[in-house]
Order: sequence, then C-alpha cells, then structure tokens
Amino acid sequence: MSPEATTKTTYHVPIGPIHPALKEPVFFEFEISGERIIDIDVKLGHVHRAVEWASRKRNPIQILYLAERICGICSYCHPAAFTLAIEAAADIEVAERAEYLRVIQGELERITSHILWAGVAAHEIGFDTVLFLTWEIRERAMDLTEYLCGNRVTKGIMTIGGIRRDITKDMLPRIQKDLKYFKDNFGKLAHIFLDDKTIKMRSQGAGILTKENALKLCAVGPTTRASGIKKDLRADTSYFAYGDLDIDYITPEALTGEVNGDVYDRIIQRLLEVKQSIELIEQCVDKMPAGDIVSEPKIAKVLAQLKKANGEGVGRHEAPRGEVIHYVKLTGEDAPFTWKVRAPTYNNILPWIPMLKGEQIADIPIVAASTDPCMSCTNRVAIVNNGQRSLLNKEQLHRLSVEKTRRLMH
Amino acid sequence: MGFSMLGPVFRQMFKKPWTNKFPAKYQPSSTTKYLEAVGAGKVKLNPPVPTPPGFRGKIIYDKEKCIGCKLCLKVCPCEAIEFKEKDKKIKIYLARCCFCSQCNDICPTKCLSMSNEFLLADVDPYSKELIVE
Repeated sequence: MSPEATTKTTYHVPIGPIHPALKEPVFFEFEISGERIIDIDVKLGHVHRAVEWASRKRNPIQILYLAERICGICSYCHPAAFTLAIEAAADIEVAERAEYLRVIQGELERITSHILWAGVAAHEIGFDTVLFLTWEIRERAMDLTEYLCGNRVTKGIMTIGGIRRDITKDMLPRIQKDLKYFKDNFGKLAHIFLDDKTIKMRSQGAGILTKENALKLCAVGPTTRASGIKKDLRADTSYFAYGDLDIDYITPEALTGEVNGDVYDRIIQRLLEVKQSIELIEQCVDKMPAGDIVSEPKIAKVLAQLKKANGEGVGRHEAPRGEVIHYVKLTGEDAPFTWKVRAPTYNNILPWIPMLKGEQIADIPIVAASTDPCMSCTNRVAIVNNGQRSLLNKEQLHRLSVEKTRRLMH
Repeated sequence: MGFSMLGPVFRQMFKKPWTNKFPAKYQPSSTTKYLEAVGAGKVKLNPPVPTPPGFRGKIIYDKEKCIGCKLCLKVCPCEAIEFKEKDKKIKIYLARCCFCSQCNDICPTKCLSMSNEFLLADVDPYSKELIVE
C-alpha cells in the first residue's frame, strides 16, 4: 500500500436514487468522517415527467387535471395556482362564494398534508406507533375531503372562475363534526409530539437551519417559518378570501417562546399550522356569503374567452409545503403558449446542505424529511442530448434563461 | 409523562380493527373459484365501504339524449372519448378515463352522469366492461 492511502481520509456514501429511507427518488452523496457528515451533494431529476410539455396540446380546462397530477398530496394547490395564473392572464372574475370555498379546500388539504407529514416524520425516527395514530386522524380528513369533493386524492374541485362543488347547508353538520374531531385529537397529537421523550431526543438540536441561512437560500413554507421568518403568502398578499379572514404569521415562538430552527421546531410549526387551518375553515363557514359558485357556468363560453385572451399571469398559492408559483402565457390559441411550475420543494432542497452538515448519519432521514420534500413536484427539467444526460452550471443556465425570455418577448 | 404514546398503544389493543375486510373476510384458497362461487350466487361478498354522495365512478351514458355536439371531446383531459362519425354518438374508453366528470359538466343535454361503481379492474383495457357507448 502506498503511504498516501494510509493517511486519514473521508468516505463517500451514496444514498439513492432508490433507497429504503427515501419515499421518492433523489440522489445524495455524503462525505463522511466516522459518523459525522462533512459535506453533501444532492442530485435531482430522476422523476421528470414532462408535465409542462404535455400542456402544449391541451386547453386550460384540460390542464387543470394535468396540474392536479403533478403531486398526489398537493392535488389542490397546483390547480389552484394554475387557475390564479389563468384568471390573471385572461381577466376572469371569480364568484365571491367560491373564494371562501377555495380557502376551505386549501386549508383542508393543509390539515391532511401536515398530519401525513407528522406520521412520516415519526416513521423516520422509527416511532411507527405514532405513524398509525396520526394516520388514523388523517383518515378522517381524507373522508371529509371525499365527502366535499367526491374523491379522496384527485379532488377535481377547481375550475376557472370559481369552484365545482358547493357546500350546502345540509353538509355543514358533517364538517363541524369533523372539525370538532380534529380539535379534540389535536390536543392528543400535540401532547405526543411535544412531550414525548423519544421525539424530543431525536429532534431537538438536529438539522438546524438558522434564520440567516433560511433567508439566504430562499426557503419557503413551514421550513422557513420554523426558522423564525415571517413569510406566509396567505398573510403577505390577499388572494382567495384570505384578505377577509383573521390570519397572522405563525412561528414556533407562539408556543415555546424561542426559535431554534431545528427539527423539533418544524414539528411544532406544522402542528400549530394545523390548528390555524381548523380555525380558518371555521371562519370561512361562518362568513361565507350566499350566491353562485362560478362566475360563468357555461364552460364552453369560458373556453371561448380563454381562446381569445392574450396575456400572461402569475398564480401564487401557499401550499402545505410553501409557496407554489405558476406562470402562464396565453397567445390566443387553444393551448397556452407556455406554462411554468415552481413547486415549493425546489426552494427547500438547498437548505438541506446547512441542515445536514455536521449531523450524524442516523439523522439523515428525519432531517431530510423535516422539509417535507416532494420530488415529483420539483422535477421540471432534464437535459438529454444524444441520450446523454448533462449538467448545466449557473452561467449556462443564466444564458439559456435570457435567450428564452428574448424568445418569449418576440 | 415521558412516554406519552404508551397509553394510546394499550388502548388500541382492545379496539376493533379499522380495516374493512373486502371482498372476503379471509383470503380464499383459490381466488378464481371464489369469484365463480360469487357469480353463481353461492357466496356473498363482504361489502365495500359505501361511497360518498357525489362520488365520481363509472360514467353512465344516455345515448338517446346525446346530440353529438362534441363538447365533451374538447374538455376531456385524457382524450378518452372517441366520436363515432357515422351515428354521431360518442364512445368512452374507461381505461383512459381519469374520472374528473368534466364531460358531465359541459354536456348541454346532461346525457352523461357518474355512477358510484368503482370496481373496474380488468386484464383487458378494451374489455366490454370498460367501454361505454
């Protein structure tokens, strides 16, 4: 053996793209010294499905269902952001009652998603009994979704200019009953997550994302709020009916009085948001005005109007994982000229690096899961040339982006 | 309490399991034989969880009411609907359908509706059960 090989060296451990600890394909390369992580590299692009490309031959009503299939858990957020973008591009008015109904759907999805996450987080630290307890509660949220939308996962509730299903008076008792169930069980869930020794031992002080790093890396959603940044689209801007509702930024400070930005804070953050969502749904049920649920009930008319429309629009919605942005350009044709999706996980990937540096190998699953990553939403581009995959650096991407903007302008 | 999950775990031991045993309470020794027996009316299926009101299942097509306006073809996200030029009626391939019920909404004569039938698994995507016309 040569003398160089016997000197102290670090190990490179590849994890993924297919790995038992990962629910979705993503590739990590860890540089490890003993049990400690020295450096990490993340590679994406294993589940690119060309969703945006598929939109080029579909009209906006058809794209609603394509957008729904970007993510299984955010199956309301993507159509919602897309609808907002289309409505901005074509100046379509929205019925007032629908704005409230949209909030109810969005918040119900947040409850479902956050409780699902709580279960997954428990599973990642090997606490599977909590997984089953949380998913029992989530099942009720799913049943309520099914009751309001017709189906459990692909809700098919969003439409341009309003919403497809109304909440009638006879449906209210069921909603109130389920909200009461969530409230009763919220206490139980909070007790288990916040007081249990096992969860505290694994999550306190693990995967710290400082406020500074969260700002620098543009983290979004609960990940950034758990680091103490007051960034919430629902309170920052007024879309849907959020402007009329009583909503404020939530950070873990509300419960513990301090912000550490660790995994434990992200657990607190999501639990507090579940509580906030229950309150928002209650407010909506109380304040909802009577009236139509769509501004134009004839879909053929909406399609004709969209075909004539010229313009571009941006739709932003606070999804359970953070801000989702859709950009649409209409040029007077059946299909939109372009459609761009930016899912929240895209922003929450870079924060993994400061979170994981210096941590132990055993903390990788829980720290990675603490941002609630969703890989299939994130993969928007894959560069393949003659069957070879290639990587682009920042300068090349910038050049391509400038070129595309010029193309769009002409 | 240090281990707050212990209580719920012990309580769970005395609760009835949540799972609905569908289609049979216990795994039959032969699935095909079991299904044959169900077909012959000898054995009864353990019923599935009831569907909610407004569930979007297999499409029902009222051929008489259809005027052949082709609007449903325009909104179908999966291109699951085919137009039969000869008799000016439509043909829906359920294997491709995503059950969004958008065709129901746009239909001017309301000849399409959603049933609550969801047991549509089949080995042949073009079997008789999966084509509505």
